[in-house]
Amino acid sequence: MKLRPVAAIVLRQFYLMRSSPTRVLPMIAWVTIDMVLWGFISRYLDNVASHRINFIATLLGAVLFWDFFTRVMQGVTMAFFEDVWSRNFINVFATPLSITEYLTGLVLTAVVTSLVGLLIMLLLARVVFGLSFLSFGALLLPFLLLLFLFGIALGVLASAMVLRLGPVSEWLVWPIPALLSPFVGVFYPLSTLPAWMRFIGHLLPPSYVFEAMRAVVGGHPYRAAGLTIATALVLFDIAIACALFTRVFRYTVRSGLLARYSAESAG
Amino acid sequence: MSAEHPPSLAAHGLAAPSGAAGPDALQVSGLSKHYGALVAVADVCFAVARGEIVGLLGPNGAGKTTTINMLLGILQPSAGSILIEGIDLARQRSRALAHTNFAAVYAALPGNLTVEQNLRFFALIYNVAGAGARIEQLLGQFELRGLRRTRCGLLSSGEQTRLALAKALLNEPRLLLLDEPTASLDPSAADLTRNRIRALARERGCGILWTSHNMYEVEDTCDRVLFLSRGRLLLQGDPRRLPAEHGTRSLEELFIRLAREPLTAGEPAAREPRA
Repeated sequence: MKLRPVAAIVLRQFYLMRSSPTRVLPMIAWVTIDMVLWGFISRYLDNVASHRINFIATLLGAVLFWDFFTRVMQGVTMAFFEDVWSRNFINVFATPLSITEYLTGLVLTAVVTSLVGLLIMLLLARVVFGLSFLSFGALLLPFLLLLFLFGIALGVLASAMVLRLGPVSEWLVWPIPALLSPFVGVFYPLSTLPAWMRFIGHLLPPSYVFEAMRAVVGGHPYRAAGLTIATALVLFDIAIACALFTRVFRYTVRSGLLARYSAESAG
Repeated sequence: MSAEHPPSLAAHGLAAPSGAAGPDALQVSGLSKHYGALVAVADVCFAVARGEIVGLLGPNGAGKTTTINMLLGILQPSAGSILIEGIDLARQRSRALAHTNFAAVYAALPGNLTVEQNLRFFALIYNVAGAGARIEQLLGQFELRGLRRTRCGLLSSGEQTRLALAKALLNEPRLLLLDEPTASLDPSAADLTRNRIRALARERGCGILWTSHNMYEVEDTCDRVLFLSRGRLLLQGDPRRLPAEHGTRSLEELFIRLAREPLTAGEPAAREPRA
């Protein structure tokens, strides 16, 4: 893998963001809105409910983690969509750029963009609503890492879907986090769910993160095995997502879909 | 000494002229593409020598762009092989494509990046060392310095063509694929572009495959032409001699005749000129 082609994908995104406030604003606006909204809801619940539950840590912490995952996933897909929107597939893929280099570039772009969102959320949660990160203990980093990796896996998977189904399938990508959230128990324990939803939840790495988060905040012991399972699942998901993207890419090259994706080029 | 051509190329008389050192810039052998029963390209064989400009001609739908897409690695052939600088595109895609570049009217550079940003982006993708100096050189060569901070979506079609050519030369390719590179240029700009491309072939030994519907341009620029019709290679030769060899007054007349001629079953891949 060469570094310059990877850097090209990151640099392109930097150029686009530097010149376009409309690309930067959503990175800041949505997380800010979520933090403010859920921050006040959590504060209100802290005031009216029993003091056995720390709503700021439980609810606001959950929103912070979930938004971080969403930002990572969208960081990957947004960078991919830039090639869809600018009809750039022929220019990009008729080059020595390998699929590994391309995907690595998308992931590095997502690292940068999601960190911006994360920093804003951490700042707001801490300064405005007094969320103490100590309440998550040393698990804060593994939580973020697992969600980051799952965001990468889903971002790559969603990009493969759009590559296969065409630009119009873009709208299917945006609701994916909302679709998953009931199954992973962002705001409630998995035991709340019916058996079939719980089964699906157990296949999704974030479920283990949110279960562990609630345990830690509630002062209960958390299941280390859960995070181990989550790690194995997320690594599996990433491998599957990358393999699927590669498979879809090869299909588009074989079928002529890539050449026709952005141009009437079938001669 | 030129590398040995595959037997099918030599058999069809489609090998590139020998003389240039090293392998041909491009060797295409038995290239086919079909979509189910639809045959887009059928058993096409040809070569482009270093420093040679080869015109790929044919009516709309003849299979020119399909052929170019296969050469660019964005369309997988159903059969056949493509060697770029002797490197098999199917087996060593990145290595082979590192020696190529292209400019095509249907592949405009992203309009939301400036001229300079686009060149920097593609210089990195092509792993160009000393990209800054190379970009400056190309900006000057294609008279784009004054437009370096202009978004490509705001460029005129002629300016976009100049930029596409500048991008196509970023990595000093050994094989350059040009799909109607002068289609949107005024006569003066087109003439300058042709001169640049001729100089590129002559001075740098770059093999060039050029598609155009402008027969006067082809006659003026190309060392050799290949004529495709309905996916088959019908004819090849010197564009200045072919019309007389086939009993027509001009290349354009020959083009029209071949484009309207029905294909017969068992047609050879490329016919010999009339005696």
